[in-house]
Amino acid sequence: MFDDFRDLYQEIILDHGRKPRHGTRLAAFDATAKGDNPMCGDRVQVFVRHDADGHVAEAGFEARGCAISVASADLMAEVVAGRTDADIRVLVGKFRDMARTGATPEGDAAIERLRPLAGVHEFPSRVKCATLPWHALLAALDGQGGASSE
Amino acid sequence: MNVIHRATTLDSAAIRAQFPILNETIRGKQLVFLDSAASAQKPRAVIDAMVHAMEHQYANVHRGLHWMSERTTEAYEGTRDLVASLINARDRHEIVFTGNSTGAINLVAYSYGRGVLTRGQAVVISAMEHHSNIVPWQLLRDAHGIELRVAPISDAGELDLAAFEDLLRDGKVGLVSITHMSNVLGSYTPAERIAALAHAYGAKVLFDGSQAIVHRRVDVQALDADFYAFTGHKLYGPTGIGVLWARRELLEAMPPFLGGGDMISSVTYERSTWAQVPHKFEAGTPAILEGIGLGAAIRFVEAIGYDAISAHEASLTDHALSRIGAIDGVTVIGRAQDRGGVISFTLAGAHAHDVATLLDRQGIAVRAGHHCAEPLMRRLGLDSTARASFGVYTTHDEIDMLADALIRVREFFA
Repeated sequence: MFDDFRDLYQEIILDHGRKPRHGTRLAAFDATAKGDNPMCGDRVQVFVRHDADGHVAEAGFEARGCAISVASADLMAEVVAGRTDADIRVLVGKFRDMARTGATPEGDAAIERLRPLAGVHEFPSRVKCATLPWHALLAALDGQGGASSE
Repeated sequence: MNVIHRATTLDSAAIRAQFPILNETIRGKQLVFLDSAASAQKPRAVIDAMVHAMEHQYANVHRGLHWMSERTTEAYEGTRDLVASLINARDRHEIVFTGNSTGAINLVAYSYGRGVLTRGQAVVISAMEHHSNIVPWQLLRDAHGIELRVAPISDAGELDLAAFEDLLRDGKVGLVSITHMSNVLGSYTPAERIAALAHAYGAKVLFDGSQAIVHRRVDVQALDADFYAFTGHKLYGPTGIGVLWARRELLEAMPPFLGGGDMISSVTYERSTWAQVPHKFEAGTPAILEGIGLGAAIRFVEAIGYDAISAHEASLTDHALSRIGAIDGVTVIGRAQDRGGVISFTLAGAHAHDVATLLDRQGIAVRAGHHCAEPLMRRLGLDSTARASFGVYTTHDEIDMLADALIRVREFFA
């Protein structure tokens, strides 16, 4: 009965939005940044811990925001684990493209996992909800304290 | 054109027929527009007045010696008379056109704040202001050594008058600048009492009437206000035109805000002298078409009459509070006794943005977020709310549709 809602709110978004698996501050981290959407008041802080050879061992976040931004942060934390920073930067670019245009390149397992968020491209006012945690992640990797979705 | 007779009830169908946009469908569903507090839709008369000016009667104002300029000036200046009558100003020269309410408040913050207030004096605002009635005073505070004081509100969303008076007691307050109706909570403030208290302690008072003037008659003399600000686009007029009303003697005492053409009496390289009020505060070519559009909007509102508008909106508000308030998980934010058709609410388990998006999927436009009132949100312990706000064209059926749609949203997130 909710077919008209499902184009944006697929089950996986509702699930991760409601019960994020990675929605906690890491006990130990070596990179962090806050993301802030001044238009709507959404806030997220991303935490990253790298292992000895420079791969992300774990990512987590604390968020105050909508189902889209929390689900996006949670799936992001999941897919960046095990990746290098360089790898993650490429993924951030792909994710941004997906959120803005709906493009989902074939053969990319991470993008496949994030595909439920592709629907936001049809909702211009919600694109920033999905991209906010990714902006914060980039800022964390860059050693900056914060990012804004503006 | 439909003729609407003054009455305490509205002919809703006749009014809706004057708003072309209400025929639009959103994803196959009839538009239910419940975001009028952000900006109201425009009646045919406003659209036609602006198009007519562009097609038949347009030139710059206040300077031409030709027919087109004279006629355009008459039409534009006619709006000044309509505004003066709308708010019962003593004198049409007390009406200053600005870009919007924000422009009006900044004008006062700059010209009265820097020109008349002195270092060490204070300005009082309330805890339920729009950012447009906070930030200009912070700029004044930082540039000019003015103290900024904030009068608290109750949990119900009403101004705490006793605490407000306490802020006035030391006699340092030069200006009180307070909303006449909260854009988040729908609360009216007791403007007459605020003005009386402010004056008793030697302060002037400005009301931000952006919301209030849409819903009830404003009489600046009865309020005993010193300044009153509102914007055209919330009052069914176009964007880009707002009004500052101020007592003439205050305007006379204030230095200009922006310098340029149209605001001078004469200019030499050594010195310039200022035009008479209100033109002293209206530098540059004004928003001519928008001014003409605002005139049409005021005629539209006056033709319906505030008695009918207020009665209709009170009925809508009561209906909405009982329908929405009865939904499990919905909390209406703000329970002021004296309130109008702006209702903020939260839905347990769902963020306001998700609520707004899912209402939009059902053709219903509401606003969600902090409503340009972050400090108020913090005071209420909230990050964001969804907000439904009503206009003359809003119907009881639309409120039922909102309530039914909200129930679906709740079930979706359950």
